[in-house]
Amino acid sequence: MASPSQPSLPAADAAREWLATMTLIRRFEERAGEMYARAKVGGFLHLSIGEEATIVGAARALREDDYLISTYRSHGHALVRGTPPENVMAELFGRVDGCSGGRGGSMHMFDLARRFMGGYGIVGGNLPIAAGIALASDYKGPDEVTLCTFGDGASNQGTFGETLNLAALWKLPVVFMVTNNQFGMGTALRRHSAVTDLQRKGESLGVPGMRCDGMDVLDTHAVLAEAVGRVREERRPLLVEAVTYRFRGHSMADPEQYRSKEEVASWRERDPIPAFADVLIREGMLEQAERERIDADALARVDAAVEFAESSPFPTPESLYDDVYVLSRGSQGWYTVETAGPTPEQLGAAAGVDGEGGQGDGSSSLPLSSSSSSANDEIPQQLTEALAAGEDRERPEGGI
Amino acid sequence: MAQMRYREALNGALREELARDERVVLMGEDIGVFGGAFKVTDGLLEEFGERRVRDTPISENTIVGVGVGAAMTGLRPVVELMTINFALLAFDQIVNHAAHIHYMFGGQASVPLVVRMPQGAGHQLGPTHSHCFEALFLHVPGLLVAVPATAADAKGMLKTAIRDENPVIFIEHESLYGVRGEVPEGDDHVVPFGRARIAREGTDVTIVGVSRMALTAERAAETLAADHGVQAEVIDPRTLRPLDLDTILGSVGKTNRCVIVEEGWPHGGVGANLAALIGEQAFDELDAPVQRVTGADVPMPYSKPLEDLAYPHEPQIVAAALAALNLAPTSAGSATGAGDATGSPAGGA
Repeated sequence: MASPSQPSLPAADAAREWLATMTLIRRFEERAGEMYARAKVGGFLHLSIGEEATIVGAARALREDDYLISTYRSHGHALVRGTPPENVMAELFGRVDGCSGGRGGSMHMFDLARRFMGGYGIVGGNLPIAAGIALASDYKGPDEVTLCTFGDGASNQGTFGETLNLAALWKLPVVFMVTNNQFGMGTALRRHSAVTDLQRKGESLGVPGMRCDGMDVLDTHAVLAEAVGRVREERRPLLVEAVTYRFRGHSMADPEQYRSKEEVASWRERDPIPAFADVLIREGMLEQAERERIDADALARVDAAVEFAESSPFPTPESLYDDVYVLSRGSQGWYTVETAGPTPEQLGAAAGVDGEGGQGDGSSSLPLSSSSSSANDEIPQQLTEALAAGEDRERPEGGI
Repeated sequence: MAQMRYREALNGALREELARDERVVLMGEDIGVFGGAFKVTDGLLEEFGERRVRDTPISENTIVGVGVGAAMTGLRPVVELMTINFALLAFDQIVNHAAHIHYMFGGQASVPLVVRMPQGAGHQLGPTHSHCFEALFLHVPGLLVAVPATAADAKGMLKTAIRDENPVIFIEHESLYGVRGEVPEGDDHVVPFGRARIAREGTDVTIVGVSRMALTAERAAETLAADHGVQAEVIDPRTLRPLDLDTILGSVGKTNRCVIVEEGWPHGGVGANLAALIGEQAFDELDAPVQRVTGADVPMPYSKPLEDLAYPHEPQIVAAALAALNLAPTSAGSATGAGDATGSPAGGA
């Protein structure tokens, strides 16, 4: 299936919004990287720099009541759905105002109200879930579509074949979008996939494929709009390959020895954000001054997001056991039988060392059915050490 | 009360919940046209149609994952896996996703999903179809783990599982499907989670039997009474998460001796966990070490004489109870092979 050769431009307001959102994602990711280097952000951090057109072009092909589900590289997917950058940054900082309450971190963003159904840390783990979401839509009746994004590496997982087969068999309204950024972590596409024409990988499973230029937001949007429209109408899945490139390493801990500087530089020449801005200026839809203002606005929003995240508290120690289960009437107190866990007092004492997270007064109780007098005395010490180590840590610049 | 088989009780629970709640959807391999590998879903496709009773491809991880996604967005899926060994193919969706989504997304989404599966040896199905993996699921916060032993509990607990907001691992037993029992009639028979069943009252020794072993323990208790004058109290925990530790500790406080019986492996097993909890919380009540009777520490063999040795039977339970009472075995059933199968780390490892 060929994509439209001459994607038409959206209305001027929409075009500026696309540019503004791509710019916001870029600036957000850059700042997230800085915050990681300053040890404000823990764990892994996977940035979408270079892939902004695949995010905005695809998400803008959706209606508000459609679902989007993504991977561990998902800050941009939350932002494009409208999750405030403050809450995304606070999630990276592990704070209570994070969009997952500080429980998920970089790889597990979530915003149910905006139908962003999550980032998932397991490669390929989100595909079956996407099919389930589409099943529920279909079962209940509305013509909602689910857009499921994943990387080229995920196309080798068992869930890829299993889910595409099942979705085709059950005629589920899912657009599977493989964001082909050329690498499964550090393994190049030709070294990890026997078939490198990824749009064809669904053919034997009954899922036709399409392809778009993931460095071009107009082409991405045009192809995804066609795919989403067809899936909504025909109630069966499609696979779209978006060919793109991430400008930064797989994560912040990636020395990038698997690709050349020349290759990265050649892709950077196709940077989707200035390319789109140039189109808009050429078409008379954007002034240079407005372009600069969009960038300044994005930087200001990101500054505000960092400020917000810094001031948001860490989750309280006594919240450790919250939301392990949905507690219902008649069952409360039974679900978490943790006899060896630390008490709130112990946790409060440990977290107090940190000086930032120690909000707990130790007076609230955990939902335990029984607590042991032999609770593990070592835990507070371990926590103390971990928290103390966290305060001092710094990251070498080389990993970025 | 109605007499029915365990499988019919499960079928009744599914039928009633399908009729009661439009959001309930069944999915699994061969559950529709075939009627279920163990006929638990027999007749439900005809009654409720393809939309609600869905045959799936053989794709365990994806079937469970589809259940996760559907549960997150408003359905109440009940997924059948053909045996518990096949659940290992779905461990990613069960552990990384079903169990964690409520927590890792800050409580925004819940996963009211039931994953049903049978376990257990005795039918010479060999090393990939016969195991008991309660302990693997028990290990995971976020999951509820149900192990019904009677027809009444099979029905009442499956209805509870379907109505619960959390992911439930519902473990049936292949050898129990044909066992009859009294089942309360009517739509309102639900058995709450976290309440153990005292299958037999006694004063001398507490025997905790998991899944089918609750029934084997009851038979052992009759032998203990008839042949040894020992009155055993038999407790069926019904659910391992949540665990009704209070009832077990209450019984141990009365008898001061405890035997735990499970079919699974000894290391890191249900009994190991429970023995630790009893040791931590009721050490002063104990007059003897907690005894464990477990499956042998081997992959399940096919050959009948070996298979019989590899999971617990009544004589081993009797022997373990007598050991807990410091009584020597006096008659038949002096634990042939029990030393191999009781799963003491020394014997088992």
